[in-house]
Amino acid sequence: MTAKPVVEVRALCKRFGSVLAVDDVSFDIAEGEVFGLLGPNGSGKTTAIRMLCGIMKPSAGTASVAGADVEREPDLVKSRIGYMSQAFGLYRDLTVNENLEFYGGVYELGARRAERVAWAKQAMRLVEIGDRLAGVVSGGQKQRLALACAMMHAPRVVFLDEPTAGVDPAARRLFWTIIRERAVEGVTMIVTTHYMDEAERFDRLVFLSRGRVKAIGTPAEVKRQFGEGLSLEDIFVALQEHDA
Amino acid sequence: MNASRLGAMVRKEFVQMRRDPATLRIILAVPVLQLLLFGYAIRTDVRNLPTVILDQSRTQESREFVERLVATGNFVTRGEAHSYEQALEAVDDGRARAAVVLPPSYARDLKRGRPTAVQVLVDASDPTASQNAIGAAQLVGQTLNVEIVEKRAGGRDAQPPIDVRVRPLYNPALKSSIFIVPGIIGMILSNILIMLTSMSLVRERETGTLEQLIVTPLARTEIMLGKIVPYVAVGYIQMTTVLLLGHFVFQVPLRGPILGLYAATFLFITANLGLGLFISSMGRTQQQVVQSAVFIMLPNVLLSGFMFPREAMPAAARLAGALLPLTYYLELIRGIVLKGVGLRELWPQTLALALFAIGFFSFATQRFHKTLE
Repeated sequence: MTAKPVVEVRALCKRFGSVLAVDDVSFDIAEGEVFGLLGPNGSGKTTAIRMLCGIMKPSAGTASVAGADVEREPDLVKSRIGYMSQAFGLYRDLTVNENLEFYGGVYELGARRAERVAWAKQAMRLVEIGDRLAGVVSGGQKQRLALACAMMHAPRVVFLDEPTAGVDPAARRLFWTIIRERAVEGVTMIVTTHYMDEAERFDRLVFLSRGRVKAIGTPAEVKRQFGEGLSLEDIFVALQEHDA
Repeated sequence: MNASRLGAMVRKEFVQMRRDPATLRIILAVPVLQLLLFGYAIRTDVRNLPTVILDQSRTQESREFVERLVATGNFVTRGEAHSYEQALEAVDDGRARAAVVLPPSYARDLKRGRPTAVQVLVDASDPTASQNAIGAAQLVGQTLNVEIVEKRAGGRDAQPPIDVRVRPLYNPALKSSIFIVPGIIGMILSNILIMLTSMSLVRERETGTLEQLIVTPLARTEIMLGKIVPYVAVGYIQMTTVLLLGHFVFQVPLRGPILGLYAATFLFITANLGLGLFISSMGRTQQQVVQSAVFIMLPNVLLSGFMFPREAMPAAARLAGALLPLTYYLELIRGIVLKGVGLRELWPQTLALALFAIGFFSFATQRFHKTLE
């Protein structure tokens, strides 16, 4: 890592009442990295992402995303990142094109909008279904449309919360192909997932448990930290049992 | 505030409205249906009250009294009773809603210049209907009195001792449709807008689209305004429809400054949309929100003066009515449409609506902020 990291997290904390949902978390993410955020339910993944997206204020610590401070410049953060929520968050009663155009307006693309809509449909393999209602297209297409909307404004960092939940294997493979393509273009992709086979696809990943970082590094490094011969799935299950 | 973001939001809302035929039907059909329903079917000016007559005098004079009573249009004779008990019975069991009892001495008393009493028994279980009937009966008595006194004094220079002049203002025929149509505009605007807006925000929350909007540069005020603007247009379409139909079908006059009415209506619409958004920001599911909306809609009908005069209400009900934007709007629209007065005379109502609009909207935005944390 020679260039300045695009995401810098320093001793980030979030307290809800007496519970520390995120406890002293620190990591860096480089430009163009596909970065995994892993951990069992309630490990603080979603809270961490919400803080990094500028929609929740940290209780302590700092984080900067795409050059903007999440606490002091949340609006700047929002304009520089894309976010794809776990549930399909687009309008089912609008067509694919209308959804894309709506987000084009939301991100103030102005004259660039038509060009970006065309790019998004090309890049996300949605060209043929522009006029169909978003509610009736397949699960994989919904997922790619959601990513397209999140990337309409060419953000430098994209957050994907459980993006491949409930999607068939072929669509999942295509989705990972598209994620890789974007990363090669220099976009940083931060992904949470429950699928451990997908964890092997990350450049680097961080394991969270009870709000704390348990391991960080490449998939191979993380495996070494927990002991030779263990798969990431073994580690995940072990962490979950430890927490329960 | 940013034009591109707000514009995208407004366009999206319009497209969604177009894609939702059920809502479109509510928007377009309900005002017309309610207007026809209230205009034709619900008449508070109940006429033709079935009446039994107990004429114990059986004279020309007594028959004249009955004829005059029927001529008011409030009574229609439904046979004769042969005793006081029979007359009461007819009202008791519902065959008649009123009974007129003329004493045996009616004509004799009149001729001799003695006071005489005619009894009119009215079923007062429906106060509106009975009030009209009572009024009409008293009026007949008064007119007769005047005539008799005049006759007795002999000669036209004699001054009648009682000079009662009843002159109904604004609505000389006392037709309730004229009074009720402007009220319908207010009630429809209020109830439909509250319902639609309260649903719209919570639907975004339920379907997960709100979560996606929050991580965009869209400001909360832009989301709220984007939801409101299309419904302002909806409100004006509904108002214009009812106003035109009311004018051409029910001959409701449009006496005052219509532009002023449209301007003040903007405040009223905004107040109701703010109220709807506020309800929306309180609830988690569409069902919860519908319940809360109904909680507002019922007082709107009962306490605002739409159906019942607020003057007749107990203090607590009057106070509750004073918290509804509709109460002020009804005074305003009736003032403009029926009496022909302008906003200058109606400034207290206009001011109240402005305060409601600002208050509800900023309160709703604030709640919305909190719920997203």
